[in-house]
Amino acid sequence: MNEYKDIWVFAEQREQRLMNVSLEILGEARKLADKKGVKACAVLVGYGVKGLADELIKYGADVVYVIDNPLLKNYTTEGYAKVIADLVNELKPEVILYGATYIGRDLAPRIASRLHTGLTADCTGLDIDENGLLLQIRPAFGGNLIATIICPERRPQMATVRPGVMKKAPKDEKRKGEIIEIQANIKEGDIRTQIFDIIKEAKSKVNIEEADIIVSGGRGVGGAEGFKLIQQLADALGGVVGASRAAVDAGWISSDHQVGQTGKTVRPKLYVACGISGAIQHIAGMGNAKTIVAINKNPDAPIFKVADYGIVGDLFKVIPALIEEIKRIKNNEMA
Amino acid sequence: MDFSLTKEQQMVRKILREFAEKEIAPKAKEIDLTGEFPWDNVKKMAKADMMGIPYPKEYGGAGGDYISYIIAVEEISRACAATGVILSAHTSLACFPIFQWGTKEQKEKYLIPLAKGEKLGAFALTEPNAGTDAAAQQTTAVLEGDHYILNGSKIFITNGGKADVYIVFAMTDKSKGTKGISAFIVEKDFPGFYIGKVEEKMGIRGSRAAELVFEDCVVPKENLLGKEGEGFKIAMVTLDGGRIGIGAQALGIAQAALDEVTKYVKERQQFGRPIGKFQGLQWYIAEMATKVSAARHLVYYAAWRKQNNLSYTMEAAMAKLFASETAMEVTTKAVQIFGGYGYTKDYPVERLMRDAKITEIYEGTSEVQKMVIASNLLKM
Amino acid sequence: MNILVFIKQVPDTNEVKIDPVTKTLIREGVPSIINPDDKNALEEAIRIKEEYGAKVIVITMGPPQAETALREALAMGADEAYLLTDRVFAGADTYATAKTLSKMAKKFDYDIIFCGRQAIDGDTAQVGPQLAEQLNIPQVTYVKEVEIEGDTLIVKRALEDGYEVIKVKMPVLLTAIKELNTPRYPSIKGIFEAYREKEVKIVTAADLGVDPQEVGLKGSPTKVISTTTPETQRAGEIFTGNVKECVQNLVQRLVEKHVI
Repeated sequence: MNEYKDIWVFAEQREQRLMNVSLEILGEARKLADKKGVKACAVLVGYGVKGLADELIKYGADVVYVIDNPLLKNYTTEGYAKVIADLVNELKPEVILYGATYIGRDLAPRIASRLHTGLTADCTGLDIDENGLLLQIRPAFGGNLIATIICPERRPQMATVRPGVMKKAPKDEKRKGEIIEIQANIKEGDIRTQIFDIIKEAKSKVNIEEADIIVSGGRGVGGAEGFKLIQQLADALGGVVGASRAAVDAGWISSDHQVGQTGKTVRPKLYVACGISGAIQHIAGMGNAKTIVAINKNPDAPIFKVADYGIVGDLFKVIPALIEEIKRIKNNEMA
Repeated sequence: MDFSLTKEQQMVRKILREFAEKEIAPKAKEIDLTGEFPWDNVKKMAKADMMGIPYPKEYGGAGGDYISYIIAVEEISRACAATGVILSAHTSLACFPIFQWGTKEQKEKYLIPLAKGEKLGAFALTEPNAGTDAAAQQTTAVLEGDHYILNGSKIFITNGGKADVYIVFAMTDKSKGTKGISAFIVEKDFPGFYIGKVEEKMGIRGSRAAELVFEDCVVPKENLLGKEGEGFKIAMVTLDGGRIGIGAQALGIAQAALDEVTKYVKERQQFGRPIGKFQGLQWYIAEMATKVSAARHLVYYAAWRKQNNLSYTMEAAMAKLFASETAMEVTTKAVQIFGGYGYTKDYPVERLMRDAKITEIYEGTSEVQKMVIASNLLKM
Repeated sequence: MNILVFIKQVPDTNEVKIDPVTKTLIREGVPSIINPDDKNALEEAIRIKEEYGAKVIVITMGPPQAETALREALAMGADEAYLLTDRVFAGADTYATAKTLSKMAKKFDYDIIFCGRQAIDGDTAQVGPQLAEQLNIPQVTYVKEVEIEGDTLIVKRALEDGYEVIKVKMPVLLTAIKELNTPRYPSIKGIFEAYREKEVKIVTAADLGVDPQEVGLKGSPTKVISTTTPETQRAGEIFTGNVKECVQNLVQRLVEKHVI
């Protein structure tokens, strides 16, 4: 086991652009590597992606392993798993981190199973304990519990990490590192899935009962005009628009948006109540949301009592600022 | 002695609750407001094999037990009492007499499509002058060659005008009194059969209560159910079972009210704390929960007796009497606990209260149930 | 065609509550359900059965009470059910789980293996891919549409911003997401048949012929060393004052909590 060293990250790229989460986990790998006194390395897999290696060095990689091959142009489970597992067997890293994307969560378990090692999904925190083991921290039971997990006897120790949790290291234009090109030992027959097409689509609007994110407006929105602002915030968050009964009764928005006792009962991951006082009939419809944010002028509004976070202020000032801040964060996701 | 449901019955409850909460409950308010007959619910129940739960598979049923059927009526009624009575009248009052007294041909022709839910059934006994005094039937049936000619009218018939198949009672021999009543299977398209007045009701507004009119209605001889003169017995035995179904409907309504109250008193704040913290309300809720539980035991017990071929006339009457009065009491208390809100259509408790009232009236009023219980006890 | 569907019985996490004193999960009274994504997997298998003809074999690993989940699957329309239950299976992580399930899968001549994408109690999404690797068959995860053309499947795999169309020959393992279909309710008749006419077969470690060291807690590379409860349950953090600062603070909290 002692022969395993270094901390690796899977540098996920799509269409020759690095995913933001790859830089985030590289920032974390940098910290962990410094703590252990080992190297932080990035594994960059794809076709025509060599140019991205520099970027990885500037964000903290000591070494970038580049596996560049036409068969690796698009992500396939088997193609990527093979070249990475081969490299792991050869170079023996102690830790490998992956972004918990639709690709990272497909790839990492396949590799873990091939290497007969452990894997912790969707970590929100990582650390090194006194014995040098990787502490992998993650929520469980729908976020009701936080577990700390180790992989004491198998190597490498592997984890996928939730996007948006770790912080990128500041970009250092002068940073130097090593770029090592690896010859991929792969042939067409190794990949049994064939990608026909990759379709991009804007997330389609769903009805409010199934939406993960709902932005609702109430009496404080003031009119149909005001709901345009609510819609903009919903768009920025990738959510849908809800409303209180007061807003629906006033005719500012149609009743299929209504949340509450006489409307729909919703259980989204995020509920943003804008200009809604929080009458009991409204709370009956949204009280089970995972996270509730309230924006209201009145600091004594009952909605603040059920909110996880609140902003006391004029929604016509708060929402535009909020949209701007969300766009700023989201634009950073693709580096 | 064992009070627990079997694993099978527990699964029936779990699935039906999920079904009722997701598919039936969301539309209950709309159905009540518009009074529209909930065909969509009926179709969904048919698809889930719910329209003939206690009948054998060879007759189109689900091959289940009577308690599972009662659980179904309870759970559907908890979500929408109007839909609950459609299910109960169809299964207990229309399917049952065909299953019990029908010939092989009648079962094949009528019970199979009914139990499969392809057709809807109804039961027509009550007349303008024969309500509680059911023996005072004025509708007549006269045999003419290979068919009977029916004349008369029936009122308040559940599923009337919506059903395809009706169990209709008529006098074949007035001189014999109750022994002169016979039962017939009447199809909605038989010549001389019309739908009259459709009632505007206080509750269970999505269900139908309609007048049936027979003007020289031609019913083939082979549609006589049982023998001539057996009609009164068929009606009474069928109603014994129907009462367990109405007991289950009342139970579902009462449970819905209790659930609403339990939720509300935790949310509603007055004097700076949830109203559920006040002892006065806690006592109300304790009484409500106790009565609902007692009603459930009576209803399930009557169903268990029927399932096990034990006499159940008195037990069914007790179950219906207690469950319906419990439903009325619990829903009235629920409106009271909700206060002003409870009197509005913002909350379902006012609907539950209106729905509950009918359970004390139809398929034998509370007073009739007491007559049945007393006569079984005293045998006078 | 034989379709294996691996399902898991999970506590309904929507109903999970935390004991405010002991800070542990209150399991009592929390209903157990078939994991939602697994229900989509099962529904798809039954649809394929109805359209093309297939035998649907449903398998779960868990405590004896997981039988209920299998009965429900039978009531939905599965043909056979197996419950892998043994003390030595307890405490398995995803690796050991996949290893155990792979031994079971190898007992069948299968064309498609369906799993749910992830279970709501663990949210790992790992067992499917790990199982596919153990069986050395291709996998497609996040499946939102399946079509069959002879011995080949045309599958739509969801991505964050769209989807891929993938062609793959059977045998293959697919993991289902909720966009794949709307699971049916078991019919009432189906429930009676599931209990009276169908069987749930019990499979132990000995039946599978696995080394007890390789399964359960002992066979798991990962160990949970501690659990805590997250501190903020409606912390009610209210920001006032400068709008820009309020907004930045709020967005930072939401990002930290992985809400956005």
